[in-house]
Amino acid sequence: MSDIENRKLLISIIAGLLKDCNHVAVGASSPIPGAAALLAQELWGQPKHLNILGSVKNNFFTNGAQELFDCAAQGRIDAFFLGGGQIDGSANINLMGRGDYPNNKPRWPGTFGSAYLYMLIPKVILFREEHSKRVLVDKVEFISAPGTSDETVYRKGGPYGLLTNKAFFLFDKEKQRFNLQSVHPGSSLEDILDNTGFEFDYLADVPTTPLPSDEVLDVMMTKVAPRLKEVYPQFAEAVLAA
Amino acid sequence: MLITLSELADKVPDGAKIAVPADYAGISMAATRALIRRRARNLHIVGVPTSGLQSEMLIAAGCVKTYESSALTLGEHNPPPAFNEAVLNGSINIVDATCPAIHAAIQASQKGAPFATLRGIIGSDILQHHPDWKVIQNPFNETDDPVVAIPAIQPDVAIFHAPLADRDGNVWVGRRRELINMAQGSKTALITVEKVTDDNLLENEEFAAGTLPSLYIGGIAHCEKGTWPLAFWQGEDENGDHIRLYKSMAKDPAGRAEYLEKFVFGEGSPS
Repeated sequence: MSDIENRKLLISIIAGLLKDCNHVAVGASSPIPGAAALLAQELWGQPKHLNILGSVKNNFFTNGAQELFDCAAQGRIDAFFLGGGQIDGSANINLMGRGDYPNNKPRWPGTFGSAYLYMLIPKVILFREEHSKRVLVDKVEFISAPGTSDETVYRKGGPYGLLTNKAFFLFDKEKQRFNLQSVHPGSSLEDILDNTGFEFDYLADVPTTPLPSDEVLDVMMTKVAPRLKEVYPQFAEAVLAA
Repeated sequence: MLITLSELADKVPDGAKIAVPADYAGISMAATRALIRRRARNLHIVGVPTSGLQSEMLIAAGCVKTYESSALTLGEHNPPPAFNEAVLNGSINIVDATCPAIHAAIQASQKGAPFATLRGIIGSDILQHHPDWKVIQNPFNETDDPVVAIPAIQPDVAIFHAPLADRDGNVWVGRRRELINMAQGSKTALITVEKVTDDNLLENEEFAAGTLPSLYIGGIAHCEKGTWPLAFWQGEDENGDHIRLYKSMAKDPAGRAEYLEKFVFGEGSPS
């Protein structure tokens, strides 16, 4: 499977996860989640409300990110995406850097709104293309945002699942562990076990992730690419229209 | 109220706490270059809620003592070389926050309140490393209910680029109303604008609600393409080639000095 086909697959998987959402927000540097949200709108008319950070046309906030955070705290956002330089088996995420804080090497941009949104938005989809032991670690070196909290802490949101370029996991809140749901074409259970730095639950006959249909691929090219172009011109051209 | 870029930079004293917006809201790169030209020192930057090339360049030029924000990102051009080097060798103070806490601290200042409280954040390592935040019990709840108390941040000056000013010193920010919060939470605002109109913005109902009144403004400089090489939400796209050029030159201190000589002190930039 080529990189472009893989990315189209990721877009179609995420779109399917947004079908039941009324309001989805997409953060910085997120062309794949942005494309997925637009695809879901084109296919099912859901999410009804969408805010892509950095967009003017697909963003109705009139008070910037401040309004995004206020919306999240009030429960007005159903789904959001977070990534991380490191993600561990308890769904803790690290956006700060490797090594000892504060003199990290390398230092990544920083925590952004993750410490807030992870706690408040019900369906947070962890998304990171790279599937390796470097990224999917046993324990993160810095917790930008915690995967779980004890019950005295107000928490309406948290991890729903983890999507990489090899597989999709759901997060089991009871067990506080990931459960492998499907493996993308081109990978295998063995490949996932070899490249994941944390333990997770799985079935020996784990299903293969279904590929997007020709109809869905056509909508990506004809409907999603022109809308995504405003914010992610290079991605829209190189991936969706390809 | 219209002043020149260098007069605007002169109004920012060394050691000032300056608030700047995230890249999508309008960055005054023109004022940034003017600050570097006036050799500003010991600035305390508050990135509301993040910052990018603007802070990277101020750090590269030795203007910064403290960087307080939720991230420093050049987007697809990451990593920022001067920032990462400064983090690694500890040459600037870093105060890492999370975006809503920066907004809340500015809003507390806007209200003249000592602090704001927020949900979330508890369990993040930024909480234990942050010098000012405290976890307190919600005084209105009898059962355990910890919340994070965030003290107000009152910057000395907010600096940004906006589409339009009038001759009475009002500035239109349109849908970027977070800039109004940022300006009102700061002691004053210094703003560069694309255009100046002869019509009073507050007399036009369609413009009034998106207008920052002159009460909150300490100076306006008329400067077309003031965000260059960054994009402007009401104007030019990003000049990616120039940012790539910065990145290629800024790998080490000598290269950064050469960049500044050519594009900040020299004639290499539009402003």
